[in-house]
Amino acid sequence: MNKRQFMKGMIVFFGAGPDFATLARAAYAKTADTTKAGGAKADADDMGLGDYDPSSHYYGMGIEVDKCIGCNRCVEACKAENDVPDEPFFFRTWVERYSIMRNGEAVVECISVNPKKQQEAPQENRDVIRSFFVPKLCNHCAHPPCVQVCPVGATFATRDGVVLVDQKRCIGCRYCIQACPYGARFLNHGTNTADKCTFCYHRVVKGLLPACVEVCPTQARIFGDLKSKASRLVRFQRMNKVHVLKPALNTEPKVYYAQLDGEVR
Amino acid sequence: MKVPEQVGRLAVVVAVLLAVVLAARFVVIPRSYFSTRLHEASTIKREVMKPISFAGMTLCRECHADEYDTKTRGYHKGLACETCHGPSARHAEDPMSVKPYAPRDRKFCPVCHAYDSARPTGFPQINPTVHNPLKPCITCHNPHDPVPPEAPHECSACHAQIARTKAVSSHALLPCVTCHDASEQHKVTPRSALPTKPETREFCGQCHAADGANPDAPKVDLASHGGTYLCWQCHYPHLPEGRP
Repeated sequence: MNKRQFMKGMIVFFGAGPDFATLARAAYAKTADTTKAGGAKADADDMGLGDYDPSSHYYGMGIEVDKCIGCNRCVEACKAENDVPDEPFFFRTWVERYSIMRNGEAVVECISVNPKKQQEAPQENRDVIRSFFVPKLCNHCAHPPCVQVCPVGATFATRDGVVLVDQKRCIGCRYCIQACPYGARFLNHGTNTADKCTFCYHRVVKGLLPACVEVCPTQARIFGDLKSKASRLVRFQRMNKVHVLKPALNTEPKVYYAQLDGEVR
Repeated sequence: MKVPEQVGRLAVVVAVLLAVVLAARFVVIPRSYFSTRLHEASTIKREVMKPISFAGMTLCRECHADEYDTKTRGYHKGLACETCHGPSARHAEDPMSVKPYAPRDRKFCPVCHAYDSARPTGFPQINPTVHNPLKPCITCHNPHDPVPPEAPHECSACHAQIARTKAVSSHALLPCVTCHDASEQHKVTPRSALPTKPETREFCGQCHAADGANPDAPKVDLASHGGTYLCWQCHYPHLPEGRP
């Protein structure tokens, strides 16, 4: 082989590669197209969803901060519904009390850790300018950082916008717990896998509300479908000025807060 | 150009290796190892199979229509049954042998109704240590239609939010007429005869000046405290937070 032949070969080899790739992609798209019609139905059967079609929904939650009374019903309902470990530091959803002090400092405490104590000693601190409760949970981001970092692909977003963890695939490496900017994940010591809010996916697909939304006594939590114009969540977004947590991270959270104080992070 | 023999042999070895790898990849290892779609589908299936503990309010209504109707007319209309009665899906499946929880003591209601400064202003709150101590809440209030045992009358009938706010403040014992003069006409046509409001610093000074009438009220020096501001520009009189 002389130099000329070698160069020719290289041009054909590297030049043809992308063309083959394009052809392959086109062929794949064609087969995918032909199976799509029957495919959606087959998918639903695979997932045990029955008549429920995930692609026609996109879920989110609205939280009206001014309505939250910090009663912890949501936290306890979540623990009862989802088998969250009983230890008072494992939460799929939790409530924080923000106290803004006279010197501008914001003191944050998680009232879900010891609700009894909160209830028995209503502190009357005159250095507090204002205080309020903020319920928190997984934001089910449209661009979830936890999904990006998972080394085994165990966590993923469903088509209806819920971020789930595959308990069989998760190796419990905790990367996602570090990556979540909202602190929404924890390591479940029962299963040794990452655990988090699922928007009560098993309830939602059956037309029920997530447990926390169901029991909230003041309707501070609103659950709904962003794809349906008539849903309560879309109405919530229409009637309130809403904000999300840490918008600068571009995670595009789908938990929307109304009347959110600037100190909340 | 003739292919040298050793190249041919090498090609055979490579072809065999390739065949083994491809067979392993496509035949021996099951498809579910590679397919994210299958993995996701099985995860979703596992999630969907999880048992439900909260039955939901609409299901409760099928049997307990009376309680439901009472509740929808009262202040607790926004509450789901399971907010107080706990997860009851098993009760819904087997109503006779599984009974839901029904809180009847004084511990439960203050979970929402004990005074807490972080709760929204106007939310009905009480101080559990002084509000009829030791009496279970249900002796006076029906949880399905909670109303104060006395119907609100006089000022609190219309100004309920202010009345509730004042009730947990240090002005709790002051009747409204201490600061406001309301004519009889105000009760008939409220806007045509507005009640009076204090207009001067000296009015608050009746209690809070150094020589004020009430010895227990916190004292300030009217001449130097607050400059030219009126008292209520800094202190909300229905929930005065300034303390000595």
